[in-house]
Amino acid sequence: MLEKLIFEKSSPGRTAYSLPECDVPVEANDTTPLPERFLRKNTAELPEVAEIDVVRHFTRLSQLNFSVDTNFYPLGSCTMKYNPKINEDVSSYEGFVNLHPYQNQEQCQGILQILYEFERTLIGICGMDAFSLQPAAGAHGEFIGMLISRAYNVKEGRRRNKIIIPDSAHGTNPASASMCGFDIVEIKSNSQGLVDIEALKRIIDNDVSALMLTNPNTLGLFEKDILKIAEIVHDVDALLYLDGANMDAMLGIARPGDMGIDMLHLNLHKTFSTPHGGGGPGAGPLGVVKKLIPFLPAPIIIKKDNSYGWQYDFPDSIGRVKPFYGNIGVIIRAYAYLVSVGSEGLGKISESALVNANYLRKRLSDYIEIPYGERCMHEFVASTRKLKANGITTLDIAKRLLDYGFHSPTIYFPLIVEDALMIEPTDTETRETLDEFADALIKILKEAKTNPEILKKAPHNTPVSRLDEVQAARKPDLRWRKELS
Amino acid sequence: MDFPEDLLYTKTHEWVKKEGDNKVRVGITSYAQSELGDVVYIELPDLDRIVKAGTACTVVESVKAAFDIYAPVSGKVIETNNDLENNPQLVNENPYGKGWFSIIEMEDPQELTKLLSNKDYEKLCQSK
Repeated sequence: MLEKLIFEKSSPGRTAYSLPECDVPVEANDTTPLPERFLRKNTAELPEVAEIDVVRHFTRLSQLNFSVDTNFYPLGSCTMKYNPKINEDVSSYEGFVNLHPYQNQEQCQGILQILYEFERTLIGICGMDAFSLQPAAGAHGEFIGMLISRAYNVKEGRRRNKIIIPDSAHGTNPASASMCGFDIVEIKSNSQGLVDIEALKRIIDNDVSALMLTNPNTLGLFEKDILKIAEIVHDVDALLYLDGANMDAMLGIARPGDMGIDMLHLNLHKTFSTPHGGGGPGAGPLGVVKKLIPFLPAPIIIKKDNSYGWQYDFPDSIGRVKPFYGNIGVIIRAYAYLVSVGSEGLGKISESALVNANYLRKRLSDYIEIPYGERCMHEFVASTRKLKANGITTLDIAKRLLDYGFHSPTIYFPLIVEDALMIEPTDTETRETLDEFADALIKILKEAKTNPEILKKAPHNTPVSRLDEVQAARKPDLRWRKELS
Repeated sequence: MDFPEDLLYTKTHEWVKKEGDNKVRVGITSYAQSELGDVVYIELPDLDRIVKAGTACTVVESVKAAFDIYAPVSGKVIETNNDLENNPQLVNENPYGKGWFSIIEMEDPQELTKLLSNKDYEKLCQSK
């Protein structure tokens, strides 16, 4: 092991602090006010270490980490773009970090103004009529969207049980709709990898509450029949929901609101350059058209006589979905990003995302199978299935990429492509980086035939080599226990 | 790849074994388990659940992803394989034996006529 657990560095009695002697009398017979049942039976076994060892331990761990600040990270559909450091500067302003969520409205007009203006900016970018910044993540936004679709139907005095989801959608879509109690109806893609319009016409009926569409879809293809899809959905008064996780392909170029989208969520931690991964906070603002505004989560932020405040009085609201008003620190970072790129820079983000993906696609297309499309949007999906004959799996390719200093693309997703390798270079990479990645992948594809063993045992150059993922999933060992050490 | 003769198959890679007049044992085929990869978790249907042929009734999670498994026939789930809870690898090791999923009491035994023979199923796998 490269780095011991902090518990293994523990030595009885060692501390990382030195406090002066207590200068107030200690109560004799000091009995604890807590009821017996809340008291710990065994000691907490907290690590006892010196400050320098704490610092070294966590510094070393951070250096073992693989991140977008250290390496290229083309994880498809995750938009692992660079997170500009100015976002961090702005979000750490004293005025933001010292705000208390229970502060009076009069004392926090600044942050309220930012939230209000950020909503207006998202409304402009997406062509929607209102946004709620409450959702804490993309899938949270989806779930709230589904709650709103239900509330909308209830208000119309009807019950609708079905949500239609294409097989090329993000995997969270069926999960969100199912959690909301809906039945999922899957619609197969056609031979071009797009929603099959005829199949959609066959399955749509008056029991459909919404269609959840990912556009561009997970194959990195734009659903060119989007207007037709919207018409078919609206003909039965169902709602068209857009999973906006792939908005990096459309910023400043096209607006979902103009395509007939009724609701969408954005992923600030993807498209809007806030930190992504590690389970840290994300944000999934939800945008809606006018007829759905009454159902948005309460409260909403309003501007009146040049001051900002909350409006709670929404009889049809689905209610509050997050303490306070979303992950404010994330929203500040996304706001800083949008202010720094400006409206003229917005389209360039997506242009770069599209150019980068197509450049990489073209460079790789002679070496690896790319089953769908001639061009792509911001990402594309390759397949390694032809290497099966050599005993090579997609996972082997993914692991070998680490040896060349690249994070793997998303693998085995979408499910409609066998042995998928889903590549999204994002807008922030240089041509040199794209070339280095392409060169490495081409080399690995050759190794797969000439030296398959080196792939089967990869990675070789990383802090730890191939992990037993099966055992990790079947018998996870997540917690340190004294008796095991 | 193994395609036992005494079983019936679906296009979605489930197998069915007739046990008595109206009961069937179901599981996934050897081809299916090899495509899924190492299975790490299985969510079986609750006992007494009424399932409809062709609809999802079990979830299999492998190191690759989570997959829906469809009910090959309609009816009531009367038994499930509890061994899979702690030993999901049985699906990989012995898909037609110890890796079975559930026993369904059929609503309409005629549905069996819609399933594939081992020869037809083998052809389907080879065409992939």
